[in-house]
Amino acid sequence: MAGKPKLHYPKGRGRMESVRWLLAAAGVEFEEEFIETKEDLEKLRSDGSLLFQQVPMVEIDGMKLVQTRAILSYIAGKYNLYGKDLKERAWIDMYVEGTTDLMGMIMYIPFQPAESKEKNLALIIERAAARYFPVYEKALKDHGHGYLVGNKLSWADIHLLEAILMTEECKPDILSAFPLLQAFKGRISNIPTIKKFLQPGSQRKPVADEKFIARVKEIFDM
Amino acid sequence: MSGKPKLHYFNGRGRMESIRWLLAAAGVEFEECFLETRDDLLKLLKSGALLFQQVPMVEIDGIKMVQTRAIGNYIAAKYNLYGKDLKERALIDMYVEAIIDLDELLMSHPFQPADKKEQHLANIVDKATNRHFPVYEKVLKDHGQDFLVGNQLSRADVQLLEALLMAEECKPDILARFPLLQSFKARISNVPTIKKFLQPGSQRKPPLQEKDLPKVLKIFNLNQ
Repeated sequence: MAGKPKLHYPKGRGRMESVRWLLAAAGVEFEEEFIETKEDLEKLRSDGSLLFQQVPMVEIDGMKLVQTRAILSYIAGKYNLYGKDLKERAWIDMYVEGTTDLMGMIMYIPFQPAESKEKNLALIIERAAARYFPVYEKALKDHGHGYLVGNKLSWADIHLLEAILMTEECKPDILSAFPLLQAFKGRISNIPTIKKFLQPGSQRKPVADEKFIARVKEIFDM
Repeated sequence: MSGKPKLHYFNGRGRMESIRWLLAAAGVEFEECFLETRDDLLKLLKSGALLFQQVPMVEIDGIKMVQTRAIGNYIAAKYNLYGKDLKERALIDMYVEAIIDLDELLMSHPFQPADKKEQHLANIVDKATNRHFPVYEKVLKDHGQDFLVGNQLSRADVQLLEALLMAEECKPDILARFPLLQSFKARISNVPTIKKFLQPGSQRKPPLQEKDLPKVLKIFNLNQ
């Protein structure tokens, strides 16, 4: 029964991208079944596959997991990316919640009215530079290790790299005041599984374009 | 060094209420430091105590924990309310995440402008009775056990009870179609630590009143 995990989502980043990152970083091959139309989503719903009628949904180890954080926590726990004890978990959880908040802001930009886009972008840049990145820069500075928690690769590092790259897409020089994060970015990007995921042809998805946004709005009735 | 956990938040439910529920259910005594004014929040910010400049913040076991989910995860795991293995955790996480979604809806109700309130309430009732409650009713029906996961009290049960009671505050008969949730509600309410928390004089907070709204908005600089 143990096949590859199977991801159900439209063919784009959205809330599933962090799951793709984590599986890829853990070296786990996965399949994807893309939701192209509203009918595809309705079928998943009427099949009873979506516990709360929502995606992301990941079929893994005999379960149909929903709720992004539940999925990510399971993968992190299973593949040893969740620290060695409760306290390390606590730090990983805190760091991941921060990057989740930041990436959440970026994710919603295409779905906001055009007039507020510039203002929201400015807020993202401000939050990234004043609230979030300083925390991770300081964490790296304080312990001097290569990874955020426990001197070992964890979910927090992978999530932070994803957030850095996503924020750089908004403002390419966003890391200019954060030398340790620059080094961190270089270092984590070079981890073999992650390096592979960052290459063309991987299952990493591109930034949402107009066509994708239109499709998502149609599928989810937005 | 280990004193009681210390909760930093305003004197109301908000995002801290689930944490109070969890600690109370676990039988853990805790202290609270209330933010009464914007200055209180600014002072806390200046002290560097808030990792991402936000509350809730809970001082526990030598860490100043922030981010509601991180805090909830830690307490649940420490006090054995997180299932016995990865798969039970996954189930608990799924249920809790959905409950958090419902809580956000419920929690935002007092902040709705007057002309949007009725529609917002309709949305709450729709989501609660069509998307959320049927799931838990079915879970209880399918396994026939007293608790949602693993035949023992977990964070999922505590948070579901909290949500059920909050939903009833919005619409008293909201559980009419859900007999198993009604008996679940009674059963979990009778767990001794939870029963104590539900009694007057506990640290459980009342729903936000209209008159308290300006004070909360001011503390967090949220101008409507």
